[in-house]
Amino acid sequence: MTLEINLTRDPAHLRHGSNMGQPLTRTDGILKVTGKARYAADNHPAGMLYAVIATSCIARGRVKSLDVAAAKRHPGVVDVMTPAHKPELAEDPDAKGNPFAFRMELLQSDEVRYANQAIAVVIAETLEAATEGAVLLSPHYQVEIARVGLDAGEVYAPPVVGIGNPAEVVHGDIDAGLAAATKLTDATYETPAQYHNAMEPHAIVAVWDGDRLFIDTPSQGMAFAQMRVAGLFGIPPGNIHINSPFLGGGFGSKGLISGPQVLGIMAAKLVGRPVKLVLRRSQMYGPVGHRPPTRQRLRIGTDDAGMLTAIDHHARITTSSFDDFYEPAADASHTLYAAPAIHTAHEAVRVDTGTPLFMRAPGEATGSIALESAIDEAAFACGIDPLEFRLKNYAEVEPTTGKPFSSKALRQCYAKAAERFGWARRPLAPKQMRDENGYLVGWGMGTATFPAIMFQGNARAVIRADGRGVMETGAHDMGQGAWTALAQISADSLGLDLDQLTFRSGSSDLPDAGIAGGSGHTATVGAAIHNAGAAVIAKLAELATADERSPLFGAGNAGVIARGGRLHRRDDEARSESYADILARAGLAEVDGMGSGAADPAAQSQYAMHAHGAVFAEVKVDPDLGQIRATRMVGAFAAGRIINPLLVQSQLYGGMIWGLSFALHEEAVMDHRSGRILNANLAEYHVPVNADVPPMDVITVDEHDPHVNPLGIKGVGEIGITGSAGAVANAVWHATGIRIRRFPIRIEEMVMGLGD
Amino acid sequence: MMNFDYVRPASVADAIAAASEKGAAYLASGTNLLDLMKGGVSRPSRLVDVTRLPGLDRIERLADGSLRIGALVRNADLAHDAEFVRNYPAVAEALLSGASAQLRNAATVGGNLLQRTRCAYFYDIGSACNKRWPGAGCDALDGENRLHAVLGWSEGCIATHPSDFCVPLVALDAVVEIEGKDGRRELPLEALHRLPGDAPAHETELERGELIVALRLPAAAQNFAAHARYIKVRERTSYAFAVVSAAAALRIEDGAIREARLALGGVAAKPWRSREAEQLLAGAAPDAARYREAARAALAGAKPSGDNAFKIELAQRIVVRALSLAAQGTPARVAALPASPFSSLPGA
Ligand SMILES: Cc1cc2nc3c(=O)[nH]c(=O)nc-3n(C[C@H](O)[C@H](O)[C@H](O)COP(=O)(O)OP(=O)(O)OC[C@H]3O[C@@H](n4cnc5c(N)ncnc54)[C@H](O)[C@@H]3O)c2cc1C
Ligand code: SF4
Repeated sequence: MTLEINLTRDPAHLRHGSNMGQPLTRTDGILKVTGKARYAADNHPAGMLYAVIATSCIARGRVKSLDVAAAKRHPGVVDVMTPAHKPELAEDPDAKGNPFAFRMELLQSDEVRYANQAIAVVIAETLEAATEGAVLLSPHYQVEIARVGLDAGEVYAPPVVGIGNPAEVVHGDIDAGLAAATKLTDATYETPAQYHNAMEPHAIVAVWDGDRLFIDTPSQGMAFAQMRVAGLFGIPPGNIHINSPFLGGGFGSKGLISGPQVLGIMAAKLVGRPVKLVLRRSQMYGPVGHRPPTRQRLRIGTDDAGMLTAIDHHARITTSSFDDFYEPAADASHTLYAAPAIHTAHEAVRVDTGTPLFMRAPGEATGSIALESAIDEAAFACGIDPLEFRLKNYAEVEPTTGKPFSSKALRQCYAKAAERFGWARRPLAPKQMRDENGYLVGWGMGTATFPAIMFQGNARAVIRADGRGVMETGAHDMGQGAWTALAQISADSLGLDLDQLTFRSGSSDLPDAGIAGGSGHTATVGAAIHNAGAAVIAKLAELATADERSPLFGAGNAGVIARGGRLHRRDDEARSESYADILARAGLAEVDGMGSGAADPAAQSQYAMHAHGAVFAEVKVDPDLGQIRATRMVGAFAAGRIINPLLVQSQLYGGMIWGLSFALHEEAVMDHRSGRILNANLAEYHVPVNADVPPMDVITVDEHDPHVNPLGIKGVGEIGITGSAGAVANAVWHATGIRIRRFPIRIEEMVMGLGD
Repeated sequence: MMNFDYVRPASVADAIAAASEKGAAYLASGTNLLDLMKGGVSRPSRLVDVTRLPGLDRIERLADGSLRIGALVRNADLAHDAEFVRNYPAVAEALLSGASAQLRNAATVGGNLLQRTRCAYFYDIGSACNKRWPGAGCDALDGENRLHAVLGWSEGCIATHPSDFCVPLVALDAVVEIEGKDGRRELPLEALHRLPGDAPAHETELERGELIVALRLPAAAQNFAAHARYIKVRERTSYAFAVVSAAAALRIEDGAIREARLALGGVAAKPWRSREAEQLLAGAAPDAARYREAARAALAGAKPSGDNAFKIELAQRIVVRALSLAAQGTPARVAALPASPFSSLPGA
């Protein structure tokens, strides 16, 4: 495949590449499956000690006493860090310097804000000694009654939701819209608290050298972490060197450096030796964010023709008692369906948990399962097939803003996925289908959508004397294969084959690549890389075209084409010169160039930018025992340019499995009295096992989007969850006739609902 | 983790001596015990590793036709022993429906019998639990208890015994061979686990230092091989404990049930055998109405211990399902998703 990309710096020059679009396997795959990839916790600098956090088992109150002496007496224990004995910080961890500076517990007081909060850190020669030391602290508490759940306290309107979105959005006249409805679907849905549960726990190995700090830690945002740590310890960000080559998943929980990671740095400072701190699985249920529970009321008005007259989406969410993050659940209703009146609003309740944070599709996932369920209910109320209903109410422009979409191939997604699934044969009424074994069979669908977001990122490109290229960017590979995709873009950006390129990443010493989140990493860093490559090619072109000894001399106005490590004259491709020759003649060891990527505000103000998709699911339900199993899922997604189909497919599969998990499995169970999480482990916090994952089909629909960014990338990391969760839930209804509005769908509801 | 002594005795006698001290615990593969130790739930001062004891890893047919399974036989080895599967298919099905392949490869027969409850409050040392700390109270009683017991519970404890393996075993009259300071004794498996009553911490009839050396299935257990099933409802298709499970074994002759065995899992502090149901079935024709009657009889004494009334209904339906499937005949081979209601799905 050859593609032509216009240079943004100098449109006279073209680069040809064939790496983008190829289904390459992950470049780090072999390292990972052979165990050679070194994750943060695999590092073991000389003299290193182990730090173990002692966590609170109450959710609210104060620590009255800690038996520090007993812990210190335990053989191997070196020191115990407590509110009374810790290195001084330059900044209050509760200070709110910017909206992303979430408050963290760094032993600043004896106050307990949630269960599993750090109350001390034991530092020892061995992990075992530190672990036992933490037990020996035998804390005593002054307990206050914990506030748990969506009805725990006063309800208030949050100032903003998500990242600075308004908490309430009004489009059209909602009262008039609801009044105009001849049918009103009014339903309330509940979603549970969920935890990211990345396979790799948060971990840090911290080494101080004077006022320089070297840390190994998994990070989805190294520059953010650098800034935060710099502020807390009062050192320049440049003194902090973060090494984060591999992440065992993050899903948003490693986007911002967390309290426990900073405690590892403090511990190293306290004892003056390298320290490793790794969270236990159960300790990840608290200080590193979660998806908060939601209760969402949807009122959907329709007229006799099945046209929407109103969507009123109201979400109640919880946040912590001490900080502000508000899951923007109701925002899911802004973009998908064309209703003359749309009203979304949020209200919040403070509870005694850690602060909820971004978790894969924050707001989109919770909002989507409620919206897609409600749309399904509305379609049935109108007697219309759910797909037909969605097509009738297809949004040609973004409903709440009136902006045209930069691109939107959702119709094709619906059509292709429906066809592959065989949707046309679906009976309208529920409980109509059985398989040969007598299981109830149901088909459901949902629409997927996720905004095409970009952050700010940079890259540095180099062509060396030997003609090889180097691309440097502090990007983050959470396992999704970002480096592979970014290396593909890099090679094309320099007109090189992949094997002529060295891709460097995973360190904060490299150019800041922004945060790997919001499904915007490939788009952001890809644009930066694209521009960095352009800068280098332009410099090479300048050197060659100005040099009368070069075959390219004088081609400046016509421009050159970069391909296969050579520049060719655009008006006469037979005349060309290799990068190496150009540099050799100029006597240069290398040329380099910087590039950055960020959203174009002009395009953003003009267009609504979203990826879209359609997901269809089949479930089977045992008519007596109520057990549910998904048996088929088909998803079609339009997400701009696909850089690597293999990686994209696995992101979409993964997202669809999260959706399945959302509908049927995942839930943090919290004791309503103590606020402790009762299933803080992977045995009882259920996600689908392989046997639960049905055969899945992912179709990607081509989309050429000239507006989102120079490469036309929209991002695929989160969209797969949206649509899928609702599709599964709707399929359960279609199989059984039982509409469950509290997720995950529990077996008791099936058992009791299916009684004869 | 706390410091503890670790001993690896060479003989059963040495093991018993080493384990007879206060604070000592036997360590088999540790898939349950080590988790409890890491969570601070169990804090033994001495671990007596029994995994190298000679002679306890054999499966042998005895002269009286019974089968003797050493306490150290791994769950997976037993479940994949061709002769065992042929003769005790429901037991194999139960074994293969438990935990994950990795855990089954490690877990021992003795350890499986003696695994502790999965009650979340038992695991959470911040909660009150009469099992962990007699007299402390039971936080499950007014807590999250949708999966707790519906049979045989007391106000003192509403936990369930989580083993799948034990369910068909009690149905088939398995016997436990125990060795202690004073020699060897035997106990029907059904009598090994105690109901909580007012002493939930007293979980089994084992005395301090007693070691389970083997499990025995009597000769008559094979008579059910043609009609034996284990059905397990769980919240995902694998790697989850039973919400409720049932083992049904029938001896069918001339179109009538001559003898029936029925036990339930996930409903009580012990694997729950229902002789009432068995009596109703004996001599009857295999039909759904009779199964339902048997199911009602099996759950006659059930009452919810919390948000779990559905388990009483579900248990009855599982009984009916297990009996129906057992009557249809044991499948030629164990399905890829053993004991799952969905084992009949293609690819399942
Ligand atoms: C994540 C997870 C999921 C699981 N899912 C299931 C499931 O679905 N179904 C199921 O049935 N089980 C399940 N299990 C439990 C598993 O079957 C048990 O952990 C296992 O059988 C215990 O065997 P072990 O050899 O490791 O015992 P250990 O952990 O070594 O010992 C368990 C207990 O038995 C005692 N003990 C061991 N051997 C003897 C002996 N010979 N005599 C006297 N005392 C002895 C020990 O002192 C200890 O108290 C699961 C376990 C885990 C961790
Ligand atoms: S049910 Fe039993 S095991 Fe659970 S908390 Fe109560 S006493 Fe403890």
